[in-house]
Amino acid sequence: MSSPSSDSSTPRGEAWVWFTGLGLIVGLGMVIGLLALVVLNGISVFWAPPVPVVQVDDGRTIIGQLAQRRIRPGSLASAPRYELQFQVGLRELNGNSYLWVDEAKLKGEVFPADILGLERVENGPAFLRPLTLKRADGQEVPVTSPAFSESFQQEVAAAGATREKLVELTRHRIGDVNSEMEAARIALRRAEDRGQADEVAEQRKLIATLEARFADLRTEAQGVAQRGEVAKLLGRDAAGREVTVPLSQIVRGWFPNQLDTWGRVRLFFSRLHEFIFDEPREANTEGGLMPAIFGTLVMTVFMSLLVTPFGVITAIYLREYAQQGPILRIVRISVNNLAGVPSIVFGVFGLGFFVYVLGGSIDQLFFSDQLKYNNNTPVFGTGGLLWCSLTLALMTLPVVIVATEEALAAVPRGMREASLAAGASKWQTIREILLPASAPGILTGVILAMARGAGEVAPLMLVGVVKLAPTLPVDAVAPFLHLDRKFMHLGFHVYDLGFQSPDSDAARPMVFATTLLLIILVVCLNLGAIWVRNRLRARFKGASF
Amino acid sequence: MTATMNPNPSRIQVRPATERDGRRDYISIRDYGFWYGQKQALEGISLDIPERQVVAFIGPSGCGKSTLLRNLNRMNDLVDGIRHVGDITIKGRSIYDPGLEVISLRRRVGMVFQKSNPFPKSIYENVVFALRVMGVRDRSILDEACETSLRKAALWDEVKDRLQDSALGLSGGQMQRLCIARAIANRPEILLMDEPCSALDPIATGKIEELIHELKEQFTIVIVTHSMQQAARVSDRTAFFYLGKQIEYDTTEKIFMNPSQAQTEAYISGRFG
Repeated sequence: MSSPSSDSSTPRGEAWVWFTGLGLIVGLGMVIGLLALVVLNGISVFWAPPVPVVQVDDGRTIIGQLAQRRIRPGSLASAPRYELQFQVGLRELNGNSYLWVDEAKLKGEVFPADILGLERVENGPAFLRPLTLKRADGQEVPVTSPAFSESFQQEVAAAGATREKLVELTRHRIGDVNSEMEAARIALRRAEDRGQADEVAEQRKLIATLEARFADLRTEAQGVAQRGEVAKLLGRDAAGREVTVPLSQIVRGWFPNQLDTWGRVRLFFSRLHEFIFDEPREANTEGGLMPAIFGTLVMTVFMSLLVTPFGVITAIYLREYAQQGPILRIVRISVNNLAGVPSIVFGVFGLGFFVYVLGGSIDQLFFSDQLKYNNNTPVFGTGGLLWCSLTLALMTLPVVIVATEEALAAVPRGMREASLAAGASKWQTIREILLPASAPGILTGVILAMARGAGEVAPLMLVGVVKLAPTLPVDAVAPFLHLDRKFMHLGFHVYDLGFQSPDSDAARPMVFATTLLLIILVVCLNLGAIWVRNRLRARFKGASF
Repeated sequence: MTATMNPNPSRIQVRPATERDGRRDYISIRDYGFWYGQKQALEGISLDIPERQVVAFIGPSGCGKSTLLRNLNRMNDLVDGIRHVGDITIKGRSIYDPGLEVISLRRRVGMVFQKSNPFPKSIYENVVFALRVMGVRDRSILDEACETSLRKAALWDEVKDRLQDSALGLSGGQMQRLCIARAIANRPEILLMDEPCSALDPIATGKIEELIHELKEQFTIVIVTHSMQQAARVSDRTAFFYLGKQIEYDTTEKIFMNPSQAQTEAYISGRFG
């Protein structure tokens, strides 16, 4: 027996508690730090701070929103000098949306109330001092008029409505005519090829009708666009140059130095709403992410639907039917190692096998007309939703197999014996007893698979994710779920914004916002699966005896 | 003589021998030996079990009594590397007959386990499980079988108002009686019980023993037990096993009052095991 004083603080065998605790703290710290970084940067994208007019030593005047402050590269750590980055907008005039200014050279900043911030369809945002609004009805409203702000917002709303109408015209109605024309051209080529004179004449007639409809729609669209060009905003930039912005270009306008907190909150949620529910513009650096959110969701759900039955069936065979022995051990080790294969390898496999071999064969078998009469344009022989889902299903298969095997093994032996002793066959026992009892464990595997699949990017780039998809993988056109279509994905969006964007400064905040959205989406999917699992667990409560 | 061989006869009440003779042998075990891999678990077992009687298997742990019981419905088939010699016949037909499906054997030979093992389903679904896997869909047949079995298992009055509740909400004794109801729902001919009361309190044990008396009218029952008192109370015949060998098999009265083997006497009187 040692004296109490020598071992009172560190009981034998408990000496490493602090060390394991430290591991947890480091891990938690990194996760929380990452989340905080993403959340803060992601949220601040939508916040509209006051915009100063800044005088610089060298005589320049800048109107811009402060983007970031950092230590000047090359300055001494002991006496750091800072520089500020302003988002000045008006890329067509300034050449760049962002400017760096040495903090020491700032002479002063003021916050005039008349600064107007604009989000535009093209060329990014703009900060300017408005002079006159030329309304669509020809009336001119000077900035000094008390009605200026109200008329301006009315005109912006009208321009928005016009834009939507144009989208409806060009994308949907003209798009429909285009796809009909495409089908008619294929039918025409086929008819010509087969020498069916009646059919040729009929298709030619159809194409002529469609072309006439196309021309009508185009004229209508041009008319709408021209009417929208009438309304204009005149203003001056920081250097005093005259700037004319057509209202049709303006998505949103706000007076950053006049807004109260409530106004800023409303602007915040308006931008957030656009971000989630609208489509992207400006090479994806602005606008919304709806197609990417939707694509990620559909792909992940579809992948789960593929991987779950596949993995469960495999695990049932491995655990219940296969002869346990060295061969099975090798198979198990191989399955587990599959989880460690780099994901890009799965992408290459998906491209080589799924897209070219499987997709190519499907095209040969079922879409040979399409290939022959449509310039060899593949249908399934190119990347698409189906191949992405299959590739990721293959990648996440080991997770589901291992989880299912463990869950099956964890079913109490007594339950299995009771079922067999009651005269149930092996398959009846699996179906009636083992699968329901192991459902929570299987779902844990599916949750892990979903979490991994939803965040995966590298293999998807090879098998069907694109920067900008014209259509969604699910829509109102039969067969509703278009497995052959390419789609957009949040993870790829992050990569594309961060590394492929022409204006990396403008893309930077969007990278954070998109990352935040991806994390939220994965968390939501997981919470959904966890909710299902807990309901199942409640059904088998007390089953562990 | 009896008094010296059984030092404490009042401790064990022996059922009087009744209607034991004149019944034809039902289960017949001949020169039976059994191996788990290299390890021999049973050796030279030969015994006949008459119809509608209760036969108890007793013996110290590891003596092979459970192994023999689990071979009667071929539950040991689940274990890898098993092997047997000799034969077991039920009504003259070998249970190892290649033409006999294991599933149909198990439908004729019900089993109750040491640990109650209800399925995580409703009470109703637990009872009718054997019928369901036989393909019975008719609701009225299932309802009737459920009520009959639960009545026979003396559980009906306690659960009739909550048949759709989870079986996992029952008490330990109720669960074990539910397992008995489940085992008899498809009317097997033989009921195997592997220490059915070892996890139960004395009141629940009493109920199950009473049940065994009643079930005897319809089923042939083989029970493995560690409790000598229980074997004496419920069984008509008793077999004593030691180290995989059958030491003695006779009427329960004879085994407990006047065993012919010294080992049996020593075990029953509590001198070893």
